[in-house]
Amino acid sequence: MTAQAVVDYLAAQQRLEPELPAPDLPWLVELRDGGVERLRVAGFPSLRDEDWRYTNVQSLLKKPFEMGSIGQCDVDAAFVSRTAIPSLECHRVVVVNGIPIPHLSDATLVPDGIRVSSLADLLVSDPGRLEPYLGKNLVPDPHGFTAMNSAFLGNGLVVEIAPGQVFDKPLEIIFVASAATESTMAQPRNLVVAGKGSRLQVLARYVAIGAQETLTNVVTEVIVDADAHLTLYQLQEESKNSFHIGGLFAKLRRGSRFDAFAITLAGGLVRNDLRVDLDGAGAEVNLRGLYLARGRQHIDNHTQIFHNEPGCISHEHYKGVLDDRARAVFHGRIVVQPDAQKTVSEQSNQNLLLSRDAEIDTKPQLEIYADDVKCAHGATVGQLDKEALFYLRSRGIAEETAKRLLIKAFANDVLLAVSPDSLRDHLLTRVEMMLAD
Amino acid sequence: MLSISDLMVEVGGKPILKGINLDIAAGEVHAIMGPNGSGKSTLANVLAGREGYDVMRGSVTYGDHDLLALAPEERAREGVFLAFQYPVEIPGVTNVYLIKEAVNAQRKHRGESELDAIDFLKLVRQKLQLVEMKEEFLHRPVNHGFSGGEKKRNEIFQMAMIEPRLAILDETDSGLDIDALKVVASGVNAMRQGDRSILLVTHYQRLLDYIEPDHVHVLANGRFVKSGDKHLARELEEHGYGWLEEQADSGAGQSAA
Ligand SMILES: Nc1ncnc2c1ncn2[C@@H]1O[C@H](COP(=O)(O)OP(=O)(O)OP(=O)(O)O)[C@@H](O)[C@H]1O
Ligand SMILES: [Mg+2]
Repeated sequence: MTAQAVVDYLAAQQRLEPELPAPDLPWLVELRDGGVERLRVAGFPSLRDEDWRYTNVQSLLKKPFEMGSIGQCDVDAAFVSRTAIPSLECHRVVVVNGIPIPHLSDATLVPDGIRVSSLADLLVSDPGRLEPYLGKNLVPDPHGFTAMNSAFLGNGLVVEIAPGQVFDKPLEIIFVASAATESTMAQPRNLVVAGKGSRLQVLARYVAIGAQETLTNVVTEVIVDADAHLTLYQLQEESKNSFHIGGLFAKLRRGSRFDAFAITLAGGLVRNDLRVDLDGAGAEVNLRGLYLARGRQHIDNHTQIFHNEPGCISHEHYKGVLDDRARAVFHGRIVVQPDAQKTVSEQSNQNLLLSRDAEIDTKPQLEIYADDVKCAHGATVGQLDKEALFYLRSRGIAEETAKRLLIKAFANDVLLAVSPDSLRDHLLTRVEMMLAD
Repeated sequence: MLSISDLMVEVGGKPILKGINLDIAAGEVHAIMGPNGSGKSTLANVLAGREGYDVMRGSVTYGDHDLLALAPEERAREGVFLAFQYPVEIPGVTNVYLIKEAVNAQRKHRGESELDAIDFLKLVRQKLQLVEMKEEFLHRPVNHGFSGGEKKRNEIFQMAMIEPRLAILDETDSGLDIDALKVVASGVNAMRQGDRSILLVTHYQRLLDYIEPDHVHVLANGRFVKSGDKHLARELEEHGYGWLEEQADSGAGQSAA
């Protein structure tokens, strides 16, 4: 199955290649060819791969996904205003099947200091701005899916924040997976470059529309330059017909800070790879994750943090709530390189299982090659606290309400660090709604 | 209002309550005393509906309800309140949220509308004053990080907000300093009105100096071995439980008034 999928996708790539933006740009061609080669050699991951032991992608590879275009899409202004987060003041960009849609976006209103561009456009008009960054964060491509993303590289969004610029209003990017008539695939490649000392919050939302199945195979590369502070909220709200393979690869320079949230509220099969390289002294990364899964949902978070330089800090805190036959995987790898003295690293993964049939595989993995470090990690798997449940019921609160209250209390502390308030409230409400039905 | 008849309860196959009889009329205050492990909390928990207890025999009638047939939340809405011996910490749920949900659950059950924010706050302030609790406790997670005494006060605060018809206080006096004991006692006394009944579980005469019971019962080894008026508590303070336990071992349990 895997082999056939490789053949099919490589053939599709070959057909499409001449139409991809800047087909003659040498470094870009090299990047795409690298992806093709890697996919050809390594193939797609299988259960035999240590990093994919618990996540079976066969069902996904069996489906004939067509590369999505926007021709067949039914995303309009009404959809956008329906999807918008109430009372969140932000700059908004809408991307459908990987392609930014100018008339649904207010990118032109984005203040000086933030440049939001279509990757395809920029590859043609000013590729020099991309060359230093694109593909540099994932050498080589970690697995077949990222390799495929490189092979098809062309669509996506580029966000550049000028040095020293500080923004209060977040930038919201709505990635719509649209599949009206056939199973559709999008492979956006995004790039966020936060210039020295800049500061911005980016909200990346993934939603789905249409009756057919969607596959989002997205790769986002992030560069946080010295002393910059970038916050990235990733909110997965696709449908149970959605497959989501997401890669986030961030490099942090001296004194910078990167806060990333991975919030998964929907999606049939979700795999998130997140790799952060702390490449400059004193850099700090805070990773927070929340996954709520039910039915037969499968959610896999694979994170890696590399402490490559001294005096860096990493905090990682993931929580999951699993019901029915849902399954989740958490793999948190932290590597402290020999030069990374005075590292402070803390990691936790806590899980709440609401049914006997739900399953979590959690694996913290610390590799420490320096001697002067402070590292702590822990994972827990538990059920609802019976004592607390009885306490609430003894006050007249109905059992279902009490359960919901306790689940919410468990999940919410991941969200308390979210700002602005309107975004946090939206997320809290979303979690509450999910628990209610 | 409450009538317990021949109640036998096991935990994990082990008999804990071995035939309890107790009648509490509306407006009465009953105190239960007895050695550690005699089954006092078991009785309180069974009345409140905690899981894990097997009722093997007997019945509990509360008003016109078969109390044991009701879910814990239904008992609470009918006016049963348990102040826990060990109040539970609930990180992530604020005290004020719990109280609001609790009060509104009662009101809804009685067919009343929810309290509006202003009336609710007014009531909260008034009751906080009653137990001399600072307002900051409202916004802290339920019992989380509270000192032992603060937890007990919080139980009485909740009771004052909920205004139950039958309040069961399981060792609410344990772990309180003298001043806190007075505060809690006056909180309870303020609640002592009309047809509200109170069941106090305590080890100490001291509490009964402040809250005078109508009846005192001694529970030993799962049975009531003696009942009397408030003077019984003083006797126990002087002589301990030994003489009663011997009685209990040699004969069948006695019914309580
Ligand atoms: N869940 C349980 N599992 C096993 N034994 C239990 C359980 N709950 C209560 N027991 C036992 O039942 C007996 C009565 O316990 P209970 O808590 O009712 O005593 P108590 O009279 O309240 O004591 P104390 O004065 O110490 O609070 C004890 O021997 C206790 O160990
Ligand atoms: Mg007890």
